[in-house]
Amino acid sequence: MHELSLAEVSAALKRGEFSSEQLTRALLERIERIDPDLNSFITVDSESALAAARAADRRLADGGAGPLTGVPLAHKDIFCTRGLRTSCGSRMLDNFVSPYDATVVERLAAAGAVVLGKTNMDEFAMGSSNETSYYGPVRNPWDIERVPGGSSGGSAAAVAAALVPGATGTDTGGSIRQPAALCGITGLKPTYGRVSRWGMIAFASSLDQAGVFARTARDAAMLLQPMAGFDERDSTSAQDEVPDYLAQMEATDLDGLRIGLPKEFFGEGMDPVVSSVVHEAVKVLEGLGAELREVSLPSLGLSVPSYYVLAPAECSSNLSRFDGVRFGRRCDDPVDLEDMYKRSRGEGFGAEVQRRILIGTYVLSAGYYDAYYLKALKCRRLIRDELRAALEEVDVIAGPTSPETAFRLGDKTGDPVRMYLSDINTIGVNLAGLPGISVPAGFADGLPVGLQLVGGYFQEGRLLGVAHRFQEATEWHRRRPKVYL
Amino acid sequence: MSFKADDVQAVAHLARLAIDDSRVPDYARDLSRILDLVEQMNQVDTEKVDPLAHPLEMAQRMRDDDPRESVDREAYQAVAPEVRDGLYIVPRVVE
Repeated sequence: MHELSLAEVSAALKRGEFSSEQLTRALLERIERIDPDLNSFITVDSESALAAARAADRRLADGGAGPLTGVPLAHKDIFCTRGLRTSCGSRMLDNFVSPYDATVVERLAAAGAVVLGKTNMDEFAMGSSNETSYYGPVRNPWDIERVPGGSSGGSAAAVAAALVPGATGTDTGGSIRQPAALCGITGLKPTYGRVSRWGMIAFASSLDQAGVFARTARDAAMLLQPMAGFDERDSTSAQDEVPDYLAQMEATDLDGLRIGLPKEFFGEGMDPVVSSVVHEAVKVLEGLGAELREVSLPSLGLSVPSYYVLAPAECSSNLSRFDGVRFGRRCDDPVDLEDMYKRSRGEGFGAEVQRRILIGTYVLSAGYYDAYYLKALKCRRLIRDELRAALEEVDVIAGPTSPETAFRLGDKTGDPVRMYLSDINTIGVNLAGLPGISVPAGFADGLPVGLQLVGGYFQEGRLLGVAHRFQEATEWHRRRPKVYL
Repeated sequence: MSFKADDVQAVAHLARLAIDDSRVPDYARDLSRILDLVEQMNQVDTEKVDPLAHPLEMAQRMRDDDPRESVDREAYQAVAPEVRDGLYIVPRVVE
């Protein structure tokens, strides 16, 4: 059962080939057996999962079931789940049980999905390798000596190892697309504001966006459908109408579709094997009728530098709520209020989170605001305008999701700047608020390579459609790590 | 920009973050490297560019000021480190 895609699971449940309870038990057993190798889950909630599965089975029997009724999923541990620990990968929230559900959690539950548990992640979503988690690193199912990518590494690894057919994630600078690429699965970051941020623990509020992991574009479309849409509790939620993503995906025709290849996506630091795999993948799209064009994004090189001002600035502000007063860790025996703040935060946050709080505090401090924060906001406009202009000339922009395949654990932990540069092809998309998807495009030395597709605002349907046509013509998304077949 | 140990502790104080002295040299090195990366922004002239704070440049949505269901104080305080009589307890501020 575990090898089935989410769409196949949905159809099999409807036909009564097996029950949601049977499937849930099988996957929980699989997690228990395999996850000690991978560490992709922080919390597994068997009891609630089985109760939800039994409720779904009753709805399936009534004929009142929707496409996700009884389908097992996992949530990144950044989404608040009522009555279930929400740690955000941090010691700060090791004891935190949310009093409410995030909108994403609420909507997927209403759609009948069965949540198996909460997946591991870089602490507060700050990282590109899942090595900053308080709960230990996640390992890549293709090679457990390597990282799964981050920050949504647990969700990506769990889907890649077929512990679950789909999972949620969040993407602030590449945290869905990069782990999807490194784990050989499909990962979609929607347009900023498309999916509600309510109940999703904030890292950088003008960049954070929730999205999905699955093994196919079709599965991603099915998952996105109930998650997308206006939420009055999120002040930056988009009010645009939500289309029928599966219908848009099916209707996508590559004939005459203009695909832009920015030379900057194939720039310095790019693994030549990754680059050639992606060129081959793009040729497949050309063979299906797409028209390839070169486009230019001369300011793309500014995206990593400006992101590492803006994201830390927003994070230093957002994370000021963790003060040991209302929730989260409080140090023992504080002598006064300041001592309580300082030691609670010093003990609760790991090194990468502390680095980012320090950088963010520094760039926002008196005398430095114009040189750093304001400058970065100006760079952000340059990057956004260039991407927007390119998307006037072409329908979709394509390139490698990540400049390299999964790197070894510990390889970049000593040098934060090298780690940051892993997101060179994904960060610009967040700064511009555009939707992006990563799809399996082939292999380099036995490790998966991702093809990133970027579309115009609210064109998730088209991106899913291009990804779907590519998956109809290729088999890469069907490859699975041998150890976890 | 090169961060010194004193700079790290000064910023850590602004952020109300206790940092062990043994970690300060590593932070000073890392923060200096990050600022070197960040300073690549200065390679472009942005004199005439307007700042962009938000990708979609949306206007702040307004809502009617009508009463809604209030939060369940007990549930919210159940996760607090220390509560007494519905109040959050912190170390004494005023002697």
